[in-house]
Amino acid sequence: MTMNIIETSGLGKRYGSTWALRECTLAIPAGHVAALVGPNGAGKTTLLNLAVGLAEPAAGTVTVLGGLPAGSPAALDGIAFVAQDTPVYKNLSAADMLHLTRNLNGRFDQRYAETRLAELGIPPNRKAGKLSGGQQAQLALTLALARRPRLLVLDEPVAMLDPIARHDFMALVMTAAADDGVSVVLSSHVLTELERVADYLVLLSRVRVQVAGGVEDLLASHRLLTGPAAEADRYTERPVVHAQRGQAQAHLLVRAAADDPIPPGFQAHPVGLEELAMAYLREPGAGALPGPARGQHTQPSEVTR
Amino acid sequence: MTALTMPGRPKHDAGLRPVPWRRMAWVTWRQHRAALAGVAALLGALAVYLWLTGLQLHHAYAADCHPAGSLGCAMNFTGRYGITAIIVSIFLQAVPALTGAFAGAPVLARELETGTFRYAWTQGIGRWRWTLAKLVLLAVVLAAAAAAFSVLFSWYNQPFFAAGYAVPLSTRVFDLGEVAFAAWTLAAFAIGVLAGMLIRRVVPAIAATLAVYAGLAFATGLWLRQHYITPLLTTKLNLPSSAWIVSQWYTKGGKYAFGARGSGIVNAVSRLCPSSNVSPAQCLTPHGYTQWTSYQPGSRFWPFQWIEGGWLLALSVLLIAAAVWLVRRRAA
Repeated sequence: MTMNIIETSGLGKRYGSTWALRECTLAIPAGHVAALVGPNGAGKTTLLNLAVGLAEPAAGTVTVLGGLPAGSPAALDGIAFVAQDTPVYKNLSAADMLHLTRNLNGRFDQRYAETRLAELGIPPNRKAGKLSGGQQAQLALTLALARRPRLLVLDEPVAMLDPIARHDFMALVMTAAADDGVSVVLSSHVLTELERVADYLVLLSRVRVQVAGGVEDLLASHRLLTGPAAEADRYTERPVVHAQRGQAQAHLLVRAAADDPIPPGFQAHPVGLEELAMAYLREPGAGALPGPARGQHTQPSEVTR
Repeated sequence: MTALTMPGRPKHDAGLRPVPWRRMAWVTWRQHRAALAGVAALLGALAVYLWLTGLQLHHAYAADCHPAGSLGCAMNFTGRYGITAIIVSIFLQAVPALTGAFAGAPVLARELETGTFRYAWTQGIGRWRWTLAKLVLLAVVLAAAAAAFSVLFSWYNQPFFAAGYAVPLSTRVFDLGEVAFAAWTLAAFAIGVLAGMLIRRVVPAIAATLAVYAGLAFATGLWLRQHYITPLLTTKLNLPSSAWIVSQWYTKGGKYAFGARGSGIVNAVSRLCPSSNVSPAQCLTPHGYTQWTSYQPGSRFWPFQWIEGGWLLALSVLLIAAAVWLVRRRAA
């Protein structure tokens, strides 16, 4: 499948005179669990709001589900969105929330939703406001999945949850992605667990896209070189994303393939997703985007330990 | 074969049918039944009160007001029930404002305040259909309840009109009439909805609604309503009791002398008729003054009700349309 689940071109959003997102050009292919990562204020929520049609772009375009305008009836029909803090009507019962969502959508799998609530141990008659934070999140996710969407968009879904609730929540997301082929786009500033969950990464920093690509491709094209600190400055063969230098040893995260020659005195290690994301987040000037390279060779600043 | 890979999901290019409007009836009822119950309780309690006191005063009128201007009528009917009726009518002026503000302002403001709009406006039905359906349903229900209530209030007031104690066109009772009361309730609801959308917080939106409504109601009663149809002008001293007097003044020798109130007339009367106990008009007419009265005859009650109902309906439609438009274009 070559369809892009979210595609943006020069997308920008401005609140007053402040840009919340700028020159965002992206193509997230369908069939992935895509993680949108970045520090607070990087534009994650803005990008998701634009994709689900809650916000109108100030510049550029955004389409979803293979070319549908964001927010159009067909797009709304195919996308389920769970917003930050998983808003549910606090004074409605879980069963009422189900009924409400069923009435507001052309398609709703009542049996799936009821089964899920039973499995989660959420009493149908309890008011949503009386449920724990984890249960509210699970309820919101269940409502979203019962709509049988083609794309599930989650904005900071686990930020407020304890570790167990976080694990259970992501397990449900992963089941939907694996069993039903739902594409998932989720934003997070929590990097842990990302490796287990995401197979596509979009890294936002300072309201711009910094890195975008499949996790496998990104990991295969980056390496961590460890060697004598004195030699570190002389390494110029490949772009250095981030350099971390100790007294004797330096660690260089570089953009280089696995079969790339290793400089003398250095050892090469494969890099993990969290490590990779962290390196880019520390270097907002560095970028790794698909397509024609642009501005990737910014000299990294050094972090001395 | 695609059916196997995507179980239970229609194909992408299958014709997309919009979510039916009627589904919003349950949604609206379920989400706003507390507000509607509050309005029903308020109007219901007032209706019971009007019904019980209305029966009493109808009996009193039937027993004592033959003719309507008799002393017995004044003592046993208007004297006993008149003040209460005035207090009731003044209190009822606030009812459209309260129902409109408490039912209208939270509809959008609560969604925006609690963040639930991010749920509601990303469902398949689409946010402008969600908004329009909710607002129209609530508006119709509120207006219908208000209309029913105002019919009861007119029945309650009937003996006072018949006795000449209350004038149907007067500011105190006109906007509680059969058309105007529903229209004012609708306008308050529409003001509340738009205020909620603009202010995005429930309590400030309710406060703003009450303030705007009060301003509009006072401006209408004090300045606007009397100009719906050009007032009639007369020099007759005796007008029918149903006439609504807009203003009164005196001329002498074709020139304006003074108004019917104020120091000018007081000075003239105390100078010309220092001891006699007569009305100003009876005192001044023999001395060459002419009393002019501009008034709205009682027969204009229904045209006035429809004029007021008409422009308030137009205003409400405009405000609700503005709210829907704002929801449609609103940037999250």
